[in-house]
Amino acid sequence: MKMRKIIGTLAFAAIGILTLNSCKNEPTDKSEEFAINETVQPEFVEMPTETAATGYSIGDEATDFKLKDVNGKMVSLSDYGDAKGYIVIFTCNTCPFAVASEQRIVDLDKEFKPKGYPVIAINPNNPEVQPDDTYELMQAKAKEAGFTFPYLYDENQTVYAKYGATKTPHVYLLQKDNGKNIVKYIGAIDDNVRNGAEVKDRFLANAVNELLAGKEVSVKETKAIGCSVKQ
Amino acid sequence: MNLETSEVAMKNLQNNDESFISKKVVSLNFEQLQKKYFQKNNDSIYVINFWATWCKPCIKELPAFEKIASEYADKRVKILLVSLDFPDKIDSQVIPFINKNNIKSEVVLLDDADANSWIPKVSTQWSGAIPATIIYKNDARKFYEQSFTFEELETELKTFIKK
Repeated sequence: MKMRKIIGTLAFAAIGILTLNSCKNEPTDKSEEFAINETVQPEFVEMPTETAATGYSIGDEATDFKLKDVNGKMVSLSDYGDAKGYIVIFTCNTCPFAVASEQRIVDLDKEFKPKGYPVIAINPNNPEVQPDDTYELMQAKAKEAGFTFPYLYDENQTVYAKYGATKTPHVYLLQKDNGKNIVKYIGAIDDNVRNGAEVKDRFLANAVNELLAGKEVSVKETKAIGCSVKQ
Repeated sequence: MNLETSEVAMKNLQNNDESFISKKVVSLNFEQLQKKYFQKNNDSIYVINFWATWCKPCIKELPAFEKIASEYADKRVKILLVSLDFPDKIDSQVIPFINKNNIKSEVVLLDDADANSWIPKVSTQWSGAIPATIIYKNDARKFYEQSFTFEELETELKTFIKK
């Protein structure tokens, strides 16, 4: 009797979750608004940071995934047996901040892949809402911008949500620890998204270098302006 | 037809010296922006929206802010649109956009590259995604990282009008 009640409750909850997902995946403008409205922020002063966002915090274990690269191959973090960790960057084709960061992302991959921290880029946008982010245009972007790293299509729009990425570009630095991928840094590539030549503080590179030196990351979270993820 | 006529009328209007003034978009760094617009203590309600010409959901919600500005002008409600377009796009993107869409609200451009230092000063809740909006009246302040419809914005505004 009790069991049946529990199952009933679970089924109800499952229907609720499915409804929510189907709304989010609907490629209409309305659904985009609906999804964004879920993150309505109450009082400015009173609300502590930890309740603000869903997704990962520093120290959380990040999930692996299996997503399609622009060359058609499926890519998972676990494919990189020798990696010490990963620079996971949510980015897209045309957001001006993403475009301004392209060369820096390529440079980061060149700098840190040989040291055990490859870049894995993921496009979280729904191409039905953001027509500039179709798989075909991703292929063109990867070629034109000379991407040396996987550029993955978050086709079911599940990975960005699990990570809690709200915008592009949005970086998650992961470190392997006993087979788990632990989040060590979240935020911006550096302190000047607009102009790589005027960067003073390379937040992400500093964090990777600290991990490589066996130190704790000193600046664990940073903020940058970005384009909201188009759901 | 009506629309076309009004567009022509608007263009004519823009050629006047008076409307030329509104075509100017001032660039400010965050400190200047904060001093000038974030600390008013005069019983007016300030609605400050962060947007950019390339940000689709931002563009979509601008008419709601414009409508609030016109319908609540006598209720001491003031709208400020803070553009996060790149500074070199003021003449090529921002001003043409303002003219084309007949944006009447005050527009400034925030030219401050080190977003990590100023985003938390706007709100510790802000991830940095736009659109984002602040509404404040004296010491009461709310932050929203979301898109608004006119009705939603009006509902929020009314919570301030009561205060």
